[in-house]
Amino acid sequence: MSVSFAGLEQEAQEAQASPAPEALSPGEGSAAKRRATRRKKWRPVKDQSKFEAQLDPGFAAEIAAAVPGGELLHQCIQCGTCSSACPVSAYMDLTPRRLIAMTRAGARDDVLHSVSPWVCTSCYACTVECPKRIPITDIMHAVRRISLREKTYPRRFTTPVMTQAFVEMIEDRGRSTESWISMKLYLKTNPGRLLKNAGIGRRLMRQGRLGLRRESIRERGKLRALLKAASS
Amino acid sequence: MSARTYTYYPGCSAKGVGRGFTESLEAVFEHLGAGLEELEDWNCCGATAWPSVDEDQAFALSARNLALAEDRVPDAGPVDVLASCTGCYRALLKTERALAGPGPTADKIGGALAAIGLDYEGRARVRHPIDILVNEIGLDRVSAAVVRPLTGLKVACYYGCLLVRPFATFDDQYDPTSMDRLVRAVGAEPIEWPLKTRCCGGSCYCGGPVIGAMPEATMQLSYALLREATKRGADMIATICPLCQFNLEGFQDRMSRRFGRPLDIPAVFISQLLGVAFGIDEERLGIQRLMRWRLPEPAAVGASAPAGGGGDARD
Repeated sequence: MSVSFAGLEQEAQEAQASPAPEALSPGEGSAAKRRATRRKKWRPVKDQSKFEAQLDPGFAAEIAAAVPGGELLHQCIQCGTCSSACPVSAYMDLTPRRLIAMTRAGARDDVLHSVSPWVCTSCYACTVECPKRIPITDIMHAVRRISLREKTYPRRFTTPVMTQAFVEMIEDRGRSTESWISMKLYLKTNPGRLLKNAGIGRRLMRQGRLGLRRESIRERGKLRALLKAASS
Repeated sequence: MSARTYTYYPGCSAKGVGRGFTESLEAVFEHLGAGLEELEDWNCCGATAWPSVDEDQAFALSARNLALAEDRVPDAGPVDVLASCTGCYRALLKTERALAGPGPTADKIGGALAAIGLDYEGRARVRHPIDILVNEIGLDRVSAAVVRPLTGLKVACYYGCLLVRPFATFDDQYDPTSMDRLVRAVGAEPIEWPLKTRCCGGSCYCGGPVIGAMPEATMQLSYALLREATKRGADMIATICPLCQFNLEGFQDRMSRRFGRPLDIPAVFISQLLGVAFGIDEERLGIQRLMRWRLPEPAAVGASAPAGGGGDARD
């Protein structure tokens, strides 16, 4: 582990506004507090890798192996084009650039607890803009896969819940039914929103765009066999 | 099967919330002398949710669809599979590319398909209906079919993210123009705007502010699009993705309240616009399923009745 990795790590931690309080002068403390308040909507990334000993030097290789072309992440020049192309980086705790830096640094735990992969809309703007052609969106998906497997995904955040509900539905029926999946999600995450959006649901039903009948394919058994054979 | 009939993969959304897209595409293709035949027993493409859980399974899902499409055309030639929803388009295209040529992924998926009696030979070519309309049927035939030119209608063509990203197959990645050319071919005027491929926030949040994780972020993204189109004088936004279309039309009242600026701009499928210009019955185009729909008066050339739907479909 080189010194520069630790430097990056430190920068990332400072920006996350949860360093040890005694390390800060009063002025820095209030700035950190302000940043913390601004970000309080999301659960902050756990700062577990404060010391080099806590970093996982194999993490970058793990991610690189999980994505075709993933080894390109070692060529990242930290230009930040991805973060500026990203339409939702303002809502992330780790911007794409920082996520790549921390992945390379081996901050495995912080990256896997981040909300960023779940905030990602998979619009591929970062991937297309990246001057080094790093498949950033696919890396986000790879981080999602590991964090689902290791159950480090942010709790009470809708996207992981939705992803799993969606997958269960397709495994069972082969197609998704929008009404069922939204119901399921409301009940699992935020039943109050069900009331707020009942109006638009009724309207879609009147227009014939939302039905309660569950969609299904004919060869459900075969589809399940296919998925089982293809699972990694 | 005649050369003019295409295998059509609608996907879940273009049969549900975006069913007007499937209806209008079928009507428009038929009007132009081509047919769309829905792929028998298609399954979900896996969207962006499956790759977040298991990428090989995501490839397997799409590969089943491609293999089913190949089965319909027994001879050795390539088979066009039309995917209308851009989310499905990307998922199927990604699978096509991942399974091209030998490799561990191709072997694994091939084995999994063989276990259920299917075989993917690599003949399927994933294409978007817009590609077919512009590059195969041709703008000349589109223009020739127009009976009611949409003169004076200013349209903001919104391509969304996944038509040109990550793969730009038939159009420019940064400034796609195929929809603009189609809109011009039916007499309307496409506006210049820079947000053609900016994300609307609808795809990953599945229904945007309705069930999404971050209603605020989604609303910001869609609002930027709607506001920009309005500011540049567009009468309408034309889309090619069921998620974008719903996301853009469904929450304008909520966004008006949230951002304190009135918003009222119809977001329609481009095929519905083409269908209207071809004089196809609005019922067949699914116009009655839109939340907002109006054509400016000068567009009603040759038709004395005001543009269908009038104001009653609006809220």
